[in-house]
Amino acid sequence: MLNTIATVILLLMGLSLIYVLYLTIKGRPVERRIVFLYIGFGVMLPLLMKMTPPLPITSDVQRLYDHIITLPPGSKVLCAFDYDPPSAPELHPMAVAFVKYAFKHNLKLIIMGLWPQGPQQANMAIAAALEDPAVALFPHEQGVDWVNLGFQSGNEFVILSMGSEFKRMFPRDTRLIPYDSIALLKNVVNFSNIDFIMNFGAGYPGTKEWVQIGVDRFKAKLGAGNTAVQATEVYPYLSSGQIVGLLGGMSGAAEFEKVLGEKGKATTFLLAQMFGHATVMAFVIIGNVAFLVLGRKKKDAAGNN
Amino acid sequence: METVGIWCGAILTLAIFSFLYKDNPVYKACEAIFIGVSAGYYAIVYFFDSIYKKFWLGAVTADQPEEWLFGGAILGVLFLTRLFPKISWVARWPLAFIVGATAGLYMVNYFVTNAMNQVASTITDVIARGDAGDINWIQSFGTLVILVGVITGLMYFFFSKEHKGAFGGGAKVGIWFLMVTFGASFGYTVMSRMSLLIGRMDFLLGDWLGLIN
Amino acid sequence: MRREVPILITSIAGLVFAVSYFIPHNPFGKAESIFGDWVSIVQAFAIWLGVLNLLKVTLEKIFRKSEGWPFSYLIIISLVGTILVGFYDGFTGIYAIPQTSYSDPGTHFDWVYKYFYSALTSTMFSMLAFFVGSASYRAFRARNVQATLLLISGFLVMGGRVPLLDRISALFTDSPIFSNLANWIMNYPNAAGQRAILIGIALGIMSSSLRVILGIERSHIGGGN
Repeated sequence: MLNTIATVILLLMGLSLIYVLYLTIKGRPVERRIVFLYIGFGVMLPLLMKMTPPLPITSDVQRLYDHIITLPPGSKVLCAFDYDPPSAPELHPMAVAFVKYAFKHNLKLIIMGLWPQGPQQANMAIAAALEDPAVALFPHEQGVDWVNLGFQSGNEFVILSMGSEFKRMFPRDTRLIPYDSIALLKNVVNFSNIDFIMNFGAGYPGTKEWVQIGVDRFKAKLGAGNTAVQATEVYPYLSSGQIVGLLGGMSGAAEFEKVLGEKGKATTFLLAQMFGHATVMAFVIIGNVAFLVLGRKKKDAAGNN
Repeated sequence: METVGIWCGAILTLAIFSFLYKDNPVYKACEAIFIGVSAGYYAIVYFFDSIYKKFWLGAVTADQPEEWLFGGAILGVLFLTRLFPKISWVARWPLAFIVGATAGLYMVNYFVTNAMNQVASTITDVIARGDAGDINWIQSFGTLVILVGVITGLMYFFFSKEHKGAFGGGAKVGIWFLMVTFGASFGYTVMSRMSLLIGRMDFLLGDWLGLIN
Repeated sequence: MRREVPILITSIAGLVFAVSYFIPHNPFGKAESIFGDWVSIVQAFAIWLGVLNLLKVTLEKIFRKSEGWPFSYLIIISLVGTILVGFYDGFTGIYAIPQTSYSDPGTHFDWVYKYFYSALTSTMFSMLAFFVGSASYRAFRARNVQATLLLISGFLVMGGRVPLLDRISALFTDSPIFSNLANWIMNYPNAAGQRAILIGIALGIMSSSLRVILGIERSHIGGGN
């Protein structure tokens, strides 16, 4: 029922854009609050439609997946949660999908954050992953299968210090248990004792800093999940091989869920993302068509004078 | 408590969205709460994770105290003198330390990652070959595009020479590459902003109203 | 003294981190470790400086009855309230057996994080979606060749990264043409442009870092005695 109502309203909205085009060409652009309404409904209504558009897997995501599947069971993965709640719609689905994969394939997670909100976002990702009964069947004991070392201030200086010794910047985990007392961290001194770094980054400090210091200085292998805004700046590192793969924005998250065989939030949000983009593109087209038509009219008027 | 929390979150969300209609006192009130809660959040996280966990447990109460951490604490306390105008000049010392440390770290690390390695990647393996040694024309075209794009982009940014003649032509091609880059950035920025809005809509329709699973 | 000491501190700190890249052994390696710890602790105090400054400015606003002063009460109440909740959960957790964290799921601080902080920050930033749409309608015009190139590139990426334009091309072919095209744009022309920008910035940062370490650049110390 909601599905049908949403579809009908979206169709009507699409048709009404013709009237918006007419008004704009006439030199009476619509008020910005009308534009806000179109964007609001354009994003809200598709969420009520239970449809998932088909999505091809891009090479960036495939490369990351191809590397992750080579990690043998028992591999130690450093997960850097470098994002906050505004970036969570894009990065949380990636993180949940990765945590699910890690628990299912016995990858040991060492979680930390260069952003203060990171470790709490990590707790939320783990809780979301364990809500899946299929994942909860696998071992997931804190301190043995995963550990949350928490946040430490210092930005890239934290990564630099971790290059010599993780314990230096993270003497205890979030439960205040000393580093040496945590079973998972036995024999984990620095980057040379971990098999992979997975960074979920939304800005500074984030993927760029991990590349500068973790990869180029300490020769770690890095995979990145970034917000779309951040992802455009990370492509040079992907191209040069400094990162093994890249998940860019919500579509990257949806592709990652698809390639891992998990249906998560990113896949559900894809239709809303599509309609959101369509709305913005429609308004840009309307604005430019009106610009061309009005520009031509002015030229004709000037020519006649 | 979760229900109360969801209702609080929903009311705050709608109150902030009211700004889209018009600036109003409800929005201003939420803005003030936002400032206060954000500042309080950061204060607590930095206190417990850095000052308590790293300094206090490491330098004061540890069995084998790390005395050098007191240096950081002293610099940190000197920073707080900024609050008192008569002695605020003392805060220049820890600031100078941070600026110097960052400059030293960036001078080499940033250059290696973002200049040396990027240049190396651009000029090596321009002709891509498959496993059997045959030329992969499609990938080679791509790496050639990158080579031309980087060189002409750098030509555009070189303002010490006038952009005339062949050099000017190269700079013009560079601008085209940069426009494609900025267009791609715009597209991804729209994607990112829409994702933020989708997240809030999901909260309102899903967690609050229960209309979506 | 007020200028010379900070310049000396800047130079020493900078040299330690620059040299330790090439000579990671003692004394540079040890100095780098110690200075790294100091940076971490100083940054934490810097945040507290900001918080205390906010408190000071807000109290002054209330005292002077400046414009919008009633909202300053809300700032103080929410700031102090969040700090009290955080301290309560933090110290309770420290003295509990076994110890727990202030940010563990289920604590009051975590509740404030999930339903106040997250809601407020996420909503503030989500409003950008509306403004980007409105700005695109009003200002994004293909006035010349470069703007047209920007527009076309933006369109192809926007429509190709989500399966929007592919839905249209699906009428003619099974191959995801626009998705592949968007991916190619990101991996090649976009990477080229971003790389040129990165190299330019790296050269600029190297020269300005050198100026800072050598004491030529002194703006961070401020003017006057």
